[in-house]
Amino acid sequence: MFQRLPNASGERVSFTIDGRPAEALSGDSVAAALFANGVQTCRSTPVSGAPRAPYCMMGVCFDCLVIIDDVGNQQGCQVRVRPGMRVETQNGKREIAR
Amino acid sequence: MTTRYDLAVIGAGPAGLAAATLAAKRGVSTVLLDEQPAPGGQIYRAITQTPVRNPSVLGSDYWHGADLVGPFRDSGADYLPGSTVWSVSRGLEIGLSREGAARLLPAKHIILATGALERPFAIPGWTLPGVMGAGAAQILLKTSGLVASGNVVLAGTGPLLWLLAWQYLRAGARIDTILDTTPRENWRQAMPHMTEFLRSGYIGKGLKLLLEVRRKVKVIGNVSALRAEGDGRVQSVVHRQGDGAEARLPADTLLLHHGVVPNINLANAIGCAQNWDEGQRCWVPTVDDWGATTVEGVSIAGDGAGIAGALAAEHRGRLAALDALHRLGRIDRAERDRDAAPHREALDRAQRGRVFLDTLYKPARDFRVPQDDTIVCRCEEVTAGQVREAVKLGCSGPNQTKSFLRCGMGPCQGRLCGPTVTEVIADARGVSPAEVGYYRLRPPVKPITLAELASLPKSEDEINAVLHH
Repeated sequence: MFQRLPNASGERVSFTIDGRPAEALSGDSVAAALFANGVQTCRSTPVSGAPRAPYCMMGVCFDCLVIIDDVGNQQGCQVRVRPGMRVETQNGKREIAR
Repeated sequence: MTTRYDLAVIGAGPAGLAAATLAAKRGVSTVLLDEQPAPGGQIYRAITQTPVRNPSVLGSDYWHGADLVGPFRDSGADYLPGSTVWSVSRGLEIGLSREGAARLLPAKHIILATGALERPFAIPGWTLPGVMGAGAAQILLKTSGLVASGNVVLAGTGPLLWLLAWQYLRAGARIDTILDTTPRENWRQAMPHMTEFLRSGYIGKGLKLLLEVRRKVKVIGNVSALRAEGDGRVQSVVHRQGDGAEARLPADTLLLHHGVVPNINLANAIGCAQNWDEGQRCWVPTVDDWGATTVEGVSIAGDGAGIAGALAAEHRGRLAALDALHRLGRIDRAERDRDAAPHREALDRAQRGRVFLDTLYKPARDFRVPQDDTIVCRCEEVTAGQVREAVKLGCSGPNQTKSFLRCGMGPCQGRLCGPTVTEVIADARGVSPAEVGYYRLRPPVKPITLAELASLPKSEDEINAVLHH
């Protein structure tokens, strides 16, 4: 669980998480934006289906993989959230053509 | 844009910024490539745009990063943020992806400034949502002004753990408990290095920070075992103090930290020789006093060539840049050595006290060599027990266990399991990690899609080589 510091400044960005409307700050990565919106699990693993969440926030662990604008296996911590972005949590392996 | 740069620097942390700035100011055509959207690396992450405007929260050491970014902007170096470098060929051609397209960028000399990553801290349950690196939490604070809420437990050892705690308190965030895993015997081993540490710049700042955190947060010391538990996410942390009984703390967030190790993936894939550093217990690329690797035309500056901290990284960046100027034929040896003198002095000062910190904060064996039921490879979900079984079957090093178990074969390419796997195999065989070795990594060091590869510009010769072979 993460919360925003009350005096954190920035422009608001509207996007969606699994189809639901959500809001982030302009400098947020997708992974940070998920935390800011109370999303605690971003994917399940292809090996055992175990739930995972972002772990390193710097592009090395690949636990923050999500589907962004219909493209799977995106590192959520390496992509900045953009207005209108469609973020989806990813279950198991990346699907073909997604 | 120049087609072949004299110098390409990879990574925009303190080492990369300082190296690129010095080289470009001296007239060398320079490009700085960085995976992040803004300069600073991890230590100065979001330095130009953090939403945390109150400077006392992140502290003056953080804001020093701005002193590096200004001169870099004025240096004349080209800057390509958002670039993921996935290979460097022996011909010094850099393969990179940017905005969904791949390209090859040739350079005459390359400085890797790929920095450090948190040492993997494999405990049972560390894959549960709600468990993350203390460094990761710090990145969330710097980039987004986000702090963990609910029951927050920090566990581990090392300067960054205490710094994060201090920053959290400054920000008004709450920490329930710090589980300090610093082994008691480390103090005895660190004592001989105390005098040098007392002469370093760390002592005053470090003590003040430690005391402030200890005054405000409950610290449980000498923690010898840790386990994260929960259904679908972390709910509690089970810990043991010394030989004592297990105790349980409620936790919504568990932040783990056991120091940092060099991020060696790119250097390793280029073929740079590396050696085991017994003091820092990690693999380090083999470099000379200037950061030059065993591969012609490739140097490493900063923590990527062994952990020495952010200030040292700057100076190491400048030294590597001066050596690059020399190798590019811009300055002779005498000028290089003369200009390097102040940076060498500054580097010596910045490194003072490092051995004390390395010795004091060396994680205990039981954490570096986890028990059988602990997942070591997060990607392929391979446990320490499976690695030990493979050793019994005759696997002598990480490349064999990788073939047997897929351990280290996932998207992180061993970044989160490599150091642990080396230690587990070494322990099981009763030999030094130096003898066990490390993964032989190959490009691409970051996943790249076929579409990105297909977008590479091709010469007529290359097309003919494939079509008419």
